[in-house]
This record gives sequence, C-alpha cells and structure tokens, in this order.
Amino acid sequence: MSRVIESLRVLFGGAPRRVDKKDMPVDVRELHRQKAGDKERIAALRAELAHKAEHPPPEKKRRLRWAVLISVNLLFVLSYYFDIQLLEGALTASRFAGFHLADLNSALQVMFAFKHVVINLLIGTTTVFIMWWLMGGRSFCSWVCPYHLLAEWTEMLHLELRARGLAWDIQFDRRARTWLWLLFAALALATGYTVYETLSPTGILSRALIYGPGVALIWVALLLLFEIFFSRRAWCRYACPIGLTYGIVGAMSPFTVHYSLPNCFHEGECRKVCLVPHVLDTVIKGRAAAMDVDIGADCTRCLRCVDVCPTGALSIQYKGLGDLLVNESGSRTCQ
Amino acid sequence: MSKKARLAPAQRARRRFLASLALTAGVAGASLLGYLPVTSGRLEQRLRPPGALCEDDFLAACIKCGQCVQVCPVEAIELSDLDDGFGVGVPHIQARDQACDFSCDGLQCVLACPTGALIHEIAFPSQVDMGVARVVAPARCLAVQGKGVEGTARGPDFKGRLRYAEIDRWHPQPVAEHPYDLELCDLCVRQCPVEIGIAECAREDEKRRESLGRVAQRQPGECPPRHAIGLRTLEGGDGVKRMQPVILDGCVGCGVCEMICPAEPSVIVIDSEESRRSSRGMRA
Repeated sequence: MSRVIESLRVLFGGAPRRVDKKDMPVDVRELHRQKAGDKERIAALRAELAHKAEHPPPEKKRRLRWAVLISVNLLFVLSYYFDIQLLEGALTASRFAGFHLADLNSALQVMFAFKHVVINLLIGTTTVFIMWWLMGGRSFCSWVCPYHLLAEWTEMLHLELRARGLAWDIQFDRRARTWLWLLFAALALATGYTVYETLSPTGILSRALIYGPGVALIWVALLLLFEIFFSRRAWCRYACPIGLTYGIVGAMSPFTVHYSLPNCFHEGECRKVCLVPHVLDTVIKGRAAAMDVDIGADCTRCLRCVDVCPTGALSIQYKGLGDLLVNESGSRTCQ
Repeated sequence: MSKKARLAPAQRARRRFLASLALTAGVAGASLLGYLPVTSGRLEQRLRPPGALCEDDFLAACIKCGQCVQVCPVEAIELSDLDDGFGVGVPHIQARDQACDFSCDGLQCVLACPTGALIHEIAFPSQVDMGVARVVAPARCLAVQGKGVEGTARGPDFKGRLRYAEIDRWHPQPVAEHPYDLELCDLCVRQCPVEIGIAECAREDEKRRESLGRVAQRQPGECPPRHAIGLRTLEGGDGVKRMQPVILDGCVGCGVCEMICPAEPSVIVIDSEESRRSSRGMRA
C-alpha cells in the first residue's frame, strides 16, 4: 500500500521521497556500494552508448505505440467516414460496437456541471475505468491521446532548438496540474459548465480529426508553440487534468514498468527520454531502496525507457493480485 | 540562452512557484473566456437538435462527442467551434442549409446521446421542442404574391436533403433533384414533417377502418396531435389567388419550412430563443 501512496503523492506533484542509506536493506546498500566497482563493464557500456548515440537504433516500442495511437484515432475517423459504426463518437465519449465508453475526465466534468448522471454515462465511465486500471499509469496519454503524439513530434524540434540555444525549458511546479484539476472540478460545479472541455486539446483534436478542423486548433497550435520555445512538454507535464485523472485510476494497476537494481548501471539514458523523469528518480545512483522497484503512476507506460535502457534494467511487468500486496522490500505485508 | 547571475535555491524555488501560479491562472483564465459567448446571449439563437434541454443544462450535460452528428441520416447536425466558448463541440443545426426533417423517425440523435443532454424521455417528432417557426417577411412569400414554383425549390446547387417518402422512404433525397410544379407555392406546408405525419396517420387509419373496421392502437404522441402550419386565403380583390402561411401551435421548430422556402432569404425562420431559455427538452 505504501508504494501506491508514495506513487500518488508524486503524481500530485510531490518530490520523490529519498530513502536514507541506513534505512535500506543490507543487500541493497551493499549493491549500491559495489556498483562503481565493475570498471570494465562500465567502460564497455560507455562505448556502447557512444556508438548508439552515433547510430541510433530504431525505437521499436515507440513505433508500435505510435501505430496503436494512430490506429485508435483513425478507427474513429474511418468508422464515421465509412459509416461502419464500430467506434462512434469522439475521445470524450463513444460507443465501441454499441457499447458505451466515456472519457473519465469529460464524464466528471459533465457530472459536476450537470449534477445528474444517466445510466449510459455510468456504464461508459465504469467500462473505461476498468480498461485504464488494467493498462495502468497514464497509458491513455501515450497510447491514445492525439495531443501526446503531436507534442512528441514537436518535442523533437524543441530539443533540437535547445541544443542550439534557441529555446528555453521553463520548469514549473508539477503541483500546478493538481491545482488545475481541482480548479476545473470546482469551476464545473460552481458555474454549471464543462469549463475544461473548452480548452481540452485532446477533445479539440479528436473532434477536429473526426468532424473537420476549426478555429479551436489555434489554441492547440499555441500550446505546441509554447512547448517548442518555452517549456518541454508543458501541457502534459504541468497542466492536463485528464492525465491526472487517468494517473489516479492507474495507480493500483497490475501493469507496471519494473526496475531491477542489479541490472542498472546508472547511465541515465532512460531519464533523458522520459516525459515524466521524476518517476525514474529511483534509477539515480544510490537512490533505489529495494532490489526491485515499480515505476509510479505518473508514468505514461510509453516504454521509451525500456527501449533505451542498455542493460535491461527496465522491463514490463504484469502482476497477479498477490504481487500487488507485496511491499517494496519483497516481503508480504502482514497485519 | 544567456544566463543571468545565479539565483539562490530559495529564490529559484520562489520563482518556480510564482511561474506555476501564473501558469495555473493563465490556463484557468483562458478557459473562462469561454463564458463570453454564453453571456452574450448569442448561443440562445442556436437551433439545437431534438430533445435538447434548455441552453444552460444542455451545455452542462453535453459531453461534446458528436455521436448525434454521426447518426443523423440527413447530416443536419454540426458541432460548434471555439467561438461558441463553453459551447465548443456542442451540436447545432443550420436549418436554412439542412433542417432536421425527422427522416430517422425514431429520433436517432436522442438515442445516441450518452449523457441525456438530448432528453431520453422523448420518442416522437411531435414531442420535440426546438423552437417555433415565424413568418418574418410575408411580402417576400411567393404564395402571398400569388406565385407558384416551377423547378427546384432552392436551385440546382443546393446541398440539402429531405425525405420524399413517396420516392424512397428510407433514403433522404437531394432537394436539388426533386423539382416541383405548383400553381401556388405551398412548400412550407407540403414538406412540414408534422403535417406529413398527420396526413400519414389519417391515411393509415382510413385503410384500417376499411379493412379491419377499427383504428390502430397508438402510443401517445405517435401521431402529431396538432397542426403545425397552414395556409390562410388572402382577400386581394384582384382575382389572383393568394395565400399566406400561418404557424400553428403544433410547430416543433424543426426548420424544414425555413430550408425549403424558395424566397431568398427565407420568409420563414425558426425562433429558438424561448425554447433555448426554458425548454425541458420536450413539449409537455
């Protein structure tokens, strides 16, 4: 349980907790101490990474993820275009083969604003809740959200510009997203309008793809420009309430990215590609408090870290219910 | 980027906190700009799909998914853009371009709505409360002038479609492919879905009475109980037959009369304002 609470705390914007050396299990402490010892292995890794930097290998999981993201959004478009009625609606709410689905954040906005819930919305919300609980973390973000994909592409431009000193990376307090979530919930309750939907780039893009473009895309373009020149991935990192909603749902998921300390040599490649590097604080030299650590709920399960890790320290893990009850040190929790 | 003098950690943290407050306030502030089109009263002029709750409830309940758009057989419904503020992604109908002609019979948009923004209790066109037609410029009316219609109602380039049940009950036909030859224009009455419904029910009843000796059992509202539009004879005194459309209290505001009117601009327009302010989504 403490793992979930810590994961939620970081999700809401708290800094990852640092475990003091003396509070770590003996074997973990010992491993940390020995880490720098294997000079030969580390030198070999450095050479391998230098080679990789010059000849970047294809990021296979990233391509797969883009394919899935594009397919899901294309399914919406084609379903309407060819009237095959497979996936009707948009990302805010839809019907898959007739079965209701509702985006959790959009559904919350409607419930708060309208203060009345019809059964179809309840069915859609529950289905989507279970779906994304199973997928874990913020997997909606990196596997479905069309804004995420655009932001990923413009992020490449941002990094290019940064390397030439032509762009800033303003770091905001990650708690801003929690404030915004609360603010938008309060605004929906108080005004009786789904205030967040007005600006939701996810909803705007999804509708633009399906029903045709409009001036709302200017807002999306402004967000992307802000990210390119001023702050890397700002909307997803610091603002989007949809991400926070899905993060909360996915916090207890059986599906996680798993970190194995013995395999890690702390090159930090994973943190360079991560959208939410704070979830990977545990890979920093001397930080991991256990041999095996599950990456927290703010993780979008984009799997870029898994792709990029040269030593296989990060992997995908699907846990049974029993494993969910196991605490960080690997022993079962007892009352 | 040129670096200024290094800041102390506490100063940096303070700046970051303030920047984050600014970000939060900026995003929330930008979203609240969506209030402006709502308070301007402009949205109340919008014609919403059948079953739409009064404007405030409708904007609150609509999840902006467009499922109503997808099921409409005549594609009458479109989603509003960001200039509608809180109404972005909310469906509306431009009746002059494509009215709701109830081609679907069963109010498909209402059935598709996942949140009840289009009220689920509604089942028949005659229960709809979208607005009411108004004859705004009788002088332009062909019937008032004693003129007829020869050819298409809205010209060869008009994209709108209507159900011409006598041609194909299930597939709406382009208005541009359906020429008329009328001595005196009566298109607004002739194409009114409520009037067509009343006539159809009467025909069915007549047939049943002849064959079975009794009338059909119907659900309340299945047959429109009141007329929506009629033609009143005008006494001109010049020997020319003249008539003027009169809107009756069975009008549901679907907009077909506005769409089909051959005069440019339309003699009849839908006034949705009162429905938008106070409708509970359907007629009592």
